[in-house]
Amino acid sequence: MLQALTLLLVFQLVGEVIVRAFALPVPGPVIGMALLFIALMLRGGPSKPLRDTAGSLLQHLSLLFVPAGTGVILYGTRLADEWLPLTAALLGSTFLTIAITALLLRALGKRSRHPERPS
Amino acid sequence: MNGNLNEIWVYLSTTPLLGLTLTLIAYQAAFWIYKRLGFHPLANPVLIAVAMLASVLLLTGTPYSTYFDGAQFVHFLLGPATVALAIPLHAQWPRLKTMAGPLLISLCAGSLTAALSACAIGAALGASRESLMSLAPKSVTTPIAMAVAERLGGLPSLTAVLVIITGILGAVGARYIYRWLHIEDHAVRGFAIGLASHGIGTARAFQVSEQAGAFAALAMGLNGLVTALSLPWILPWIENLLTR
Repeated sequence: MLQALTLLLVFQLVGEVIVRAFALPVPGPVIGMALLFIALMLRGGPSKPLRDTAGSLLQHLSLLFVPAGTGVILYGTRLADEWLPLTAALLGSTFLTIAITALLLRALGKRSRHPERPS
Repeated sequence: MNGNLNEIWVYLSTTPLLGLTLTLIAYQAAFWIYKRLGFHPLANPVLIAVAMLASVLLLTGTPYSTYFDGAQFVHFLLGPATVALAIPLHAQWPRLKTMAGPLLISLCAGSLTAALSACAIGAALGASRESLMSLAPKSVTTPIAMAVAERLGGLPSLTAVLVIITGILGAVGARYIYRWLHIEDHAVRGFAIGLASHGIGTARAFQVSEQAGAFAALAMGLNGLVTALSLPWILPWIENLLTR
């Protein structure tokens, strides 16, 4: 558990260093995730403690967004002033994005799984 | 007694202990409600926990910065949790590999839809430029979205809030969209929710199945990358086109 957590932090740290060294526009943890993924491919899979630690972190992933979400109280006035465009944009865009992505992926996935069938 | 209570409150409001403990209690209470309601998407635990905490802070007049002094310990774990997403991703790799082409095309289409439709709807209804630029990266994970908003001339901290709301909307609404469109494949469901609503959508996907979660994690990571690389170029170009 301690080892696994240390490993995750080391990958995050290396990610942060790379992002700063090469002035990349992505956050360090995303690079850390990519590096850990490559390491897992080379090694053939995670150790049991790493899998368990990752599992318990990801099981409560929602919890980790609560502090940032509570920041909503800082924007009461702006949200009240622009509630209509903001609500409509968030609702419309989020649902449209889910629908378009899912429909496109399903359509393309079907074609690639049945290449012999004309579409 | 009243003086004592006041002293206790003064003590509590200056230590990080209170913010941290309240966050954990609120989340566990929210999760209990979520579980009791059969993991119904409308009872999203982030939504309930945020509502409880926001009410407590507003009622007690506690500034957000005081609360965050304690809550930052939870917030910090987002980093290692993001790194940990490599593990389900690795587990789903055989399936991911066979879908590489369709995934990449859907990724680009979804990423563009997320940014452009948000700006178009917002602009049509009269949102300020600052708000529009804060809205554009709303579908990607908080740290990337904040960095992109800053480059576009938006307000990064407003973006953080819009990102969380987007995540909650996606986690709450996806099931109804999938039912309506008859989308059943967990890989497709996960990918779309992760793309549109980042980590909160991914958290919801993991509660549905590990496969949905892994595809959501992949979509979240890739959309962050695509958005960070493309939006700073695309948006100014579109803005020019519209104002000409």
